Amino acid sequence: MKSKNQATAKSMTRRHARGEVWVWLSAAGMLTTVLMLVGLLVLVTVNGLSALWPRSIHEFEMTDGSKALGELTKRNKEKAGTQIKTGNRDLYGIDFKWLEESEIQNQQLPDDVYVLERLEHGQFVGYLSDLKLLGQPALNNENKHSEFKRALVTMSAKRDELNRWSDEMADLNQNVESLRLALIDTKENSERWQRLREESISDETEFEVLRAKVESFRVELMTQKVVMTDVNGRIKEIALFQILRSYQPNQMSWFSRLGLYGKRMSELITEAPREANTEGGLFPAIFGTAIMVIIMSIFTMPLGVIAAVYLREYAKEGFLVRLVRITVNNLAGVPSIVYGMFGLGFFVYGIGGTIDEWFFSNRLPSPTFGTGGLLWASLTMALLTMPVVIVATEEGLSAVPKGLREGSLALGATKLQTLLRVVLPMSMPGMLTGLILAIARAAGEVAPLMLVGVAKLAANLVVDDVFPYFHPERKFMHLGFHIYDVGFQSPNVEAAIPMVFVTTLLLLVMVLGLSGTAMVLRQRMRSRYTSGAF
Amino acid sequence: MDVNHDLEKASQEERPQSEEGPAIEVEGLNLYYGANQALKDISLKIPHRQVTAFIGPSGCGKSTFLRCFNRMNDLLDIVRMDGIIRLDGMNVFDEACDVIELRRRVGMVFQKSNPFPMSIYENVVYGLRIAGVRDKAILDEAVERSLKGAALWTEVKERLKDSALGLSGGQMQRLCIARAIAVNPDVILMDEPCSALDPIATAKVEELILELKNQYTVVIVTHNMQQAGRVADLTAFMYLGELIEYDRTEVIFTRPSQRHTEDYVTGRFG
Repeated sequence: MKSKNQATAKSMTRRHARGEVWVWLSAAGMLTTVLMLVGLLVLVTVNGLSALWPRSIHEFEMTDGSKALGELTKRNKEKAGTQIKTGNRDLYGIDFKWLEESEIQNQQLPDDVYVLERLEHGQFVGYLSDLKLLGQPALNNENKHSEFKRALVTMSAKRDELNRWSDEMADLNQNVESLRLALIDTKENSERWQRLREESISDETEFEVLRAKVESFRVELMTQKVVMTDVNGRIKEIALFQILRSYQPNQMSWFSRLGLYGKRMSELITEAPREANTEGGLFPAIFGTAIMVIIMSIFTMPLGVIAAVYLREYAKEGFLVRLVRITVNNLAGVPSIVYGMFGLGFFVYGIGGTIDEWFFSNRLPSPTFGTGGLLWASLTMALLTMPVVIVATEEGLSAVPKGLREGSLALGATKLQTLLRVVLPMSMPGMLTGLILAIARAAGEVAPLMLVGVAKLAANLVVDDVFPYFHPERKFMHLGFHIYDVGFQSPNVEAAIPMVFVTTLLLLVMVLGLSGTAMVLRQRMRSRYTSGAF
Repeated sequence: MDVNHDLEKASQEERPQSEEGPAIEVEGLNLYYGANQALKDISLKIPHRQVTAFIGPSGCGKSTFLRCFNRMNDLLDIVRMDGIIRLDGMNVFDEACDVIELRRRVGMVFQKSNPFPMSIYENVVYGLRIAGVRDKAILDEAVERSLKGAALWTEVKERLKDSALGLSGGQMQRLCIARAIAVNPDVILMDEPCSALDPIATAKVEELILELKNQYTVVIVTHNMQQAGRVADLTAFMYLGELIEYDRTEVIFTRPSQRHTEDYVTGRFG
């Protein structure tokens, strides 16, 4: 017995000495981390990808005789309840409804149920009862479905026309505004002033004519209506103009659902949001995020690289350089909101305010550069990511072998020539590492942007067809802020959850895409510089 | 060939060199790393178009000494020097001496081959490019001449545009030699050029060194005494920063005048 104990003790010690416990502990730590990451990715991916899938609509008959219609969203096992998304916010006030499972008498998938995606009030779920087209009699049962379909197609063409006119109106409006500013700058009653004034007046009249035309057309369009009934027979008249899409999910095959899913996906990427961002697309946010990151890179890379080159190659190693290096390293840890405050105070109010006073004084008090905008946001982000670039570039520079520098110098190259021809190209992978980290940080950062230029809804993109085509002073939309806004600031948070997941997924994809590109570049450079046979 | 000839002529016009007198003349050279004295009062003369070898145990200062000739020691802040090194009569430590120009006249090959991460072609013309040569014909000419001079031409002429990092260790070292001779130097310094090479590559480089001495003054640092015996016309034995003995190679290896030298070359210490 004693000897056995001794043997166990011995083997324990041996195991301890070999560090087996530590190996297992560190493996467990790594596993936990990996699981958490995978869990996060799976959650976001599954929820994001399934948010736009057209699901079947179930009809429930309850014991008290009432009915409910909607797609299944959640189940609660303890309370034996099922949550359905009923839609019809304008009728019920909310989009969701909890059903007690014990009270459900009957459940079926009605064939002829319609889902209408509308401009306002979210989707409508119900049955088609009648069409009210101007100058046409009420329809009989047989052809109302096909008539409805045809009416929607006509309406969509008309809506496009209306949109064209609206664009024209916006252009005219822009013209009038720039003419107004030009008039302020021109001497009163001069020849040029007269000409501008005439032009302005003619534009204004044209605008008014167009507006009247648009108004009457809109009124005419609004008279075309469809009569729908909800599951309990409540009648709702909906203007065809309001209906963006109608489909009958329970009749759809898996493939036609896939088609609709694809269409919704492409709309998500290409279209602007509707209804306080909870519906519609994300294009302005995607575009805003991308362009902010790109401009940020244009500012941060050259500055960061130059700073690192000075620190590593030229500055004499000493107390001051060490101090600067420590400061730079620590700047990377400063809370981002602090950068936001600095950006607001220095860039927006300081520089922006001064620019306004000097160059845009005729527009004051409404600010041009003296308010948050893309340029200031990009600059703030450049400042925020610069420490990362500096540190990574310095590492890249110090990784260039001394032998290569000496080889170049021994051939009669100056320090600058050595730097430009040998050292900098070879430290490109390090610089790209810095860029990757900077992009990942800048694309995901929200807090400072809220102070220096992000908008819940930006009416115009920063790039458009109005001279000078690029407007860095404008506010922009950002995916990260979009998540916050839709998830927490929208009037209907529960209905917005799918949108939050979709946006999150897109943000992740975008960060991965941007830094993936940089990673591929870095890999290429690495293999170019290290395929040696040393 | 005409272009090449012109180039050579031009370079000779720029810096007329007398074949009389030593190529390099060192007088009373002292070198300090901070408080440590690494070279102690060294004086010697290196003749034109001969191979001169520095031998001695590790840490004796032979590499440091070699790096004085093209002032590579300037790169270290803690190094202090006094004394004179004359290259064709001009003191390299003189303020009038342009270190860039000096390094073009004194090429260097390092212990560890250090080709740049570029094509073979670009490696060879690097020195010319930084000197501002843009003419493609001159560059092409220089590449062929230098690679032939470094006995590498037949091996790489088909793949001049390939990365130099794909070459073997011996080829890389010969490429570094080609790179050094591309700028038409007067002197080539070699710091243990074969210590990282296998015997076959070593033999090739040694053969090359014997070729090179027809055109250039070669100074080589080596650990390998057989190598010094094979390639060097003159050999200097250094020990603890001092120049112990400097004479014709056969004298150093057969009947040295100093006890230290004899002990070292016969393998009794070192």
